[in-house]
Amino acid sequence: MFDWLFTDDWFPKFDWRWDYAWEILPRLIEATGNTLIAAAAGYLIALVLGLAFALAQRSQNRILTFFVREFVEFIRSTPLLLQIFFIFYVGPQFGITLSPWVSGMIAIGLHYSCYLSEVYRGGIDSVPKGQWEAATALNMTTAQTYKRLIIPQAIPPAIPGLGNYLVGIFKDTPMLSVIGVAELIHTANAIGSETWRYLEAYTIVGVIFLALSLPAAGLIRAFEGFVRRKLGM
Amino acid sequence: MDDLSGFPLKIVGENSPMVSFKRVRKAYGSLVVLDDLDLDVAAGEMVSVIGPSGSGKTTVLRMLMTLEKINGGVIYVDGKPLTHMAQGDKLVPASEKHLRARRSDIGMCFQHFNLFPHMTAIQNCMEGPVQVLGLSKGEARDRGEELLELVGMADKKDQHPSRLSGGQQQRVAIARALAMRPKVMLFDEVTSALDPEVIGEVTNVIRKLVSEHNLTMLMVTHQMGFARDISDRVCFFYGGKIEEQGPPAELFGNPRRERTQQFLSAVKEAV
Repeated sequence: MFDWLFTDDWFPKFDWRWDYAWEILPRLIEATGNTLIAAAAGYLIALVLGLAFALAQRSQNRILTFFVREFVEFIRSTPLLLQIFFIFYVGPQFGITLSPWVSGMIAIGLHYSCYLSEVYRGGIDSVPKGQWEAATALNMTTAQTYKRLIIPQAIPPAIPGLGNYLVGIFKDTPMLSVIGVAELIHTANAIGSETWRYLEAYTIVGVIFLALSLPAAGLIRAFEGFVRRKLGM
Repeated sequence: MDDLSGFPLKIVGENSPMVSFKRVRKAYGSLVVLDDLDLDVAAGEMVSVIGPSGSGKTTVLRMLMTLEKINGGVIYVDGKPLTHMAQGDKLVPASEKHLRARRSDIGMCFQHFNLFPHMTAIQNCMEGPVQVLGLSKGEARDRGEELLELVGMADKKDQHPSRLSGGQQQRVAIARALAMRPKVMLFDEVTSALDPEVIGEVTNVIRKLVSEHNLTMLMVTHQMGFARDISDRVCFFYGGKIEEQGPPAELFGNPRRERTQQFLSAVKEAV
C-alpha cells in the first residue's frame, strides 16, 4: 500500500553526477580564491578602521566621539546588503563610481569595522585602571600609553571576538555576488544557469565554506594562546 | 574654582620645601576628602602618612601624582606650582602640557604594583626612560640594570611580572619609578597587597633608599613599626586633615591628641 512512496514521479530524482562535479570543481576553486581575497581584504580594512573607531569613541573630543558613536550605531542597525547596494548603485549619482570589487570591500570593511570597534572597546576596557595610572606616573602621553601599553594588552582578550567576525565576514562575502563580484556563490549561480544543474555547484560551495569555517575556531584559540605567550601574559 | 590671588607664583628661598600643599581641598561631590590641607615636605625628608581608611591619606599622594584633580588650593613641587601655572601674574589650572613638564619630578609606586604585564622586568624599567626621557635603548638598559641590581632583582630582569612574586614585582616597580630620576618618590601602601613573609624585602629596599639616596619621600603605610623606624616625620590623618604630626618617636611614643591615641591603640590591638 506504500508503493506510491517509491515511485519516481513523487520523489524528486537525486542524481548526483560525479563527472559533472569534477568538471565544475576548478571554476569553484578559483572562485574560492576570490572569496578568500574578499574576506581577507574586507577584514584588514575592518581591523584598521575598527581600531580607529574604538579609539575615536574614547577620545576627549566630544564632537568626534558623538559622530563616531552615531555612525557605528547607524551601520550596525542597517543591513549589509543595503550598504553594498548604496555604495555601488547610489555612489555614481554623487559622482563616485567604483568597481564591484572596490565597492564590496568598502561596504564589507566598513560594516565589520563597526562590529570590531565594539570588540576592541571591550578589550581596551578590560585593561586595568592601574595601567593608566602607572603610565601617568611615568609621564607618558596618551598616544604612547595606547600604543605601548593599552593596545598590546587589549588585543589578547579581544582575539576570540575578532576571530568570530573573521568567520562572519567570510560567510558574508556571498552578499557581494549581488553586485557581480565573482566569488563562490556568484560562480555557482553562473554554473547553474549555464547547465540548469544546481545541485553539484551549491553542494560543493557548501562543503568549501564548511571546510574553511570549521577549523577556524580552533585556529583562533591557538593564535590567542600564541599571542599571549609572545607577550608573556 | 576659588580665588587663587593669595597664592604665590613660586616659592623661593634657601629652605623652601620640595613639596608644598597650600590649602588643598578635594571633594567627591559632597564628600570632602581633603579639607584645606597644608603640608610641607623638605628636600630629602621622609614623611610617613598614617591614619584610618577614608582619612584622605592616599588622596594626598594621588593628587601629587596628578592622578586626581584638585578642587581648591595649590600644590607646589620644588618651588613651582604643579596643579596650576602662572598666566601673567595669576595662577590658572594647569594645562596637560604644564602637567607633563612638572610631573617629571615625581615618581610613584602603587599598592598593586601596576607593572606592565606584557614586558619583562628590565623592559618595564626601560619604558619610561626610552619613551619619555628619550634615552637610547642602551642607556636605558644600563640604567635599568643598575636599578634592578639596587632592588636585588638583577637575576630576574628577563622575567615577566606573572612569573614574579608580589614582593619581587613591587621591587621592580620601585626600580621602574626610580629609572625616571624623580626628585620626589611616593609610596602608596606598597606593602599592603603583599604576603607577610615578603614585606621585608620591599621595606628593606625603601630603607636602603632612605639611607643611601637623597630622595624626598612620601609614604602612606599601615606598617607602624616601619614608619617609626625610617621616617623623619609622621603625619596622622583624620577626616581629611592632619590631626597630629611630629617626629616618629614623639608621635608613636607620646601622642597628644585623643584620636591619635585611639588609632594607635586600635592598630596595636590588631597586631
